[in-house]
Amino acid sequence: MTIQILMPALSPTMTEGKLAKWLKKEGDQVTSGDVLAEIETDKATMEVEAVDEGVLQKILVQEGTENVAVNTPIAVLENGGAVAAKPSPTNGKHAPVSAPAPAAQVEKPAPSKTVAPPKPQSVAAEMAVGATRKMTVREALRDAMAEEMRRDERVFLMGEEVAEYQGAYKVSQGLLEEFGPRRVVDTPITEHGFSGLGVGAAFMGLKPIVEFMTFNFAMQAIDQIINSAAKTRYMSGGQMSCPIVFRGPNGAASRVAAQHSQCYASWYAHCPGLKVIAPYSAADAKGLLKAAIRDPNPVIMLEHEILYGATFDVPEDADYIVPIGRARIARPGKDVTITAFSITVRHALAAAEILAKEGIDAEVIDLRSLRPLDTETIVRSVEKTNRLVTVEEGWAFAGIGSEIAAQIMEKAFDHLDAPPARVAGADVPLPYAANLEKLALAQPDDIVRAAKSVLYRS
Amino acid sequence: MASAKGKAKTDAAPAASADELLQHYRAMLLIRRFEERAGQLYGMGLIGGFCHLYIGQEAVVVGMQAALQPGDTVVTSYRDHGHMLATGMDPRGVMAELTGRSGGYSRGKGGSMHMFSRDKHFYGGHGIVGAQVPIGTGLAFAHRYNQKPLVSVTYLGDGAVNQGQVAESFNMAALWKLPVIYVIENNKYGMGTSVQRAAAGGELYKRGEPYGIPGMQVDGMDVVAVKEAALKATRHTRAGEGPYILEMMTYRYRGHSMSDPAKYRSKEEVSEVRTKHDPIDHVRQLLTDGGMADDNKLKALDKEIRDIIADAAEFAQASPEPDPSELWTDVLAEA
Ligand SMILES: Cc1ncc(C[n+]2csc(CCOP(=O)(O)OP(=O)(O)O)c2C)c(N)n1
Ligand SMILES: [Mg+2]
Repeated sequence: MTIQILMPALSPTMTEGKLAKWLKKEGDQVTSGDVLAEIETDKATMEVEAVDEGVLQKILVQEGTENVAVNTPIAVLENGGAVAAKPSPTNGKHAPVSAPAPAAQVEKPAPSKTVAPPKPQSVAAEMAVGATRKMTVREALRDAMAEEMRRDERVFLMGEEVAEYQGAYKVSQGLLEEFGPRRVVDTPITEHGFSGLGVGAAFMGLKPIVEFMTFNFAMQAIDQIINSAAKTRYMSGGQMSCPIVFRGPNGAASRVAAQHSQCYASWYAHCPGLKVIAPYSAADAKGLLKAAIRDPNPVIMLEHEILYGATFDVPEDADYIVPIGRARIARPGKDVTITAFSITVRHALAAAEILAKEGIDAEVIDLRSLRPLDTETIVRSVEKTNRLVTVEEGWAFAGIGSEIAAQIMEKAFDHLDAPPARVAGADVPLPYAANLEKLALAQPDDIVRAAKSVLYRS
Repeated sequence: MASAKGKAKTDAAPAASADELLQHYRAMLLIRRFEERAGQLYGMGLIGGFCHLYIGQEAVVVGMQAALQPGDTVVTSYRDHGHMLATGMDPRGVMAELTGRSGGYSRGKGGSMHMFSRDKHFYGGHGIVGAQVPIGTGLAFAHRYNQKPLVSVTYLGDGAVNQGQVAESFNMAALWKLPVIYVIENNKYGMGTSVQRAAAGGELYKRGEPYGIPGMQVDGMDVVAVKEAALKATRHTRAGEGPYILEMMTYRYRGHSMSDPAKYRSKEEVSEVRTKHDPIDHVRQLLTDGGMADDNKLKALDKEIRDIIADAAEFAQASPEPDPSELWTDVLAEA
């Protein structure tokens, strides 16, 4: 019997990859565990291992082919029908997963299947800052670090797998090569230790960038972040300074379950002595990271794994800085204000498209900074729209939306025509099952519903 | 201090009986085939998120489990499928959790890294590197508190060894003579970082020395040696002598999770272990050389295992997704 070998999905967010190399050729005998081919994605190079045994009868996708969608048959194995033939109900058929993204797409599709991904707004155009270049968020972050490291000897990067591995999510690609192991430092898995070490180095005047593989693991280190980094300037009567950046992916990736999928925005935004940023676009990622590195204070930068591969226009100017504490109108509108940050900007923009079709003109504010929060921009918007919907991936209780609602209550109460609505993650630890995970995370449709509810429409 | 480098296969471990070897062989093969199938289902998109396979390390859990008594507890990290199968958890329930279905051990809510079974005394399935170590120490605290002659087997990786909470646990366990066995699964890498690049001093079994915890390095590719070491450690611990550290020298054949750049080690390194030190081949060899099992018997066993795995995979695909109402259950218990 023949078995089709399909393009495997090798990571939670992989939809396609490049078939970089065949290590077996047609006619070769393969046994289970043999490496058949190498695949490259934007994140990593990976090996495809044979699961079944037999003879590699035909190669269907030649090496060097780019953008091979997950589950595309890549080769045919002739398995002499021996004992090793495993009855596998879906073998040889396309597995029942949703269709992969089209190859040339700039952004990955928004989670809701009913909504086309919105065209990312060109921040650069909005700010009129000269020439721009298309770039992923991943590249923008890397460039920001590289540029600041070139500019300032005191800046160094430290974290798990940042150097030799090039970053667990390939964000620090090429940095070890350029700056060497003195300034790009692989650590053991000791978050509390290296975060505290970073704080000590910052006290001495160095400017550490501490990368957390994800912010879930920063919980090991949160004591050093809050008790040491955030409070020391105050406790020392202004003598001590802690210029440090803690950065890494925050929030839910895809199907990685409760301990790996939490949004920490409100945790850090709660604390005086910290600045907290959470960009959506690549331009903001770059401009804000550069601002954070130059800032004399501890800055928490919350990134998002699902955005790393998204492409945006980024200004080429090496001194392009986005000031911390300023929101951006991602889409102007007059009927309802929707605040969002990080990945939820994508959902909010998608929701605004749906609302537009129904004659509702939503204004989407990309907060970008959470502490300090640009309350002024939100107030001005609400004065115009008289309605507010807040969106976040994390939980509603004591969340960013709660803070915004409170501030609007205090500063723009008379302008409100309806109580603000909060769209947030379900009040449960994030479940693993595909259907439950989707239910737990805020989707564009939830934002549409909330916007209509504050407009008293159904 | 009694740190000892327990020598490998040659160290005259009393020859295991044919029955025992067959049991080991079967248990290891079950894990191997289960993991291969899990990798396959992942490639088909039926399993999502992270999926850390245990292929290559089977002798460690199988040898350890063979030395345990009913009621002894087990806790480990996210690389947990082998540990669950070794404690006797049902392959159907484990596989269905991997596919995120209602028939899974956590009813689809935990996934690959988070399964539990009170029945089999398996306490998870933890995703934060090192976090299971104080938890395992706490299980031991409870055994002692309850005046039960039980041990807590607490597994951790070579990378996890460097977390602060591991040192904190060692200190408490030694201070209070808790019945815990720390099993360090030294598979040479924590993700892409080799032990040499992460752990000062190497020799992880000596990490308990300052606290007076005896440690032993064991050939983790030899199930008989593992069981011997486990018996030694459990005797010590059950006698009220406090914690014990076993450093199991082993190897993971696959990537860290399904996505792995595979650039931090050579193909030759992997194939060298695979072809020369495979823990399952080793037992198969012992069985055939010793005339304890013929080809037919082993073939029949292979088939039995394949059938179990096929059944588990089928179950895991047929089991329905959890009901949407499950989103809201199990957050808190009714008080
Ligand atoms: C606190 C924490 N930091 C980082 C991670 C990401 N991570 C998951 S596994 C791993 C490597 C662990 O290596 P090791 O302890 O040797 O176990 P192995 O994977 O080899 O079984 C890392 C860094 C995590 N899950 N938790
Ligand atoms: Mg390891």
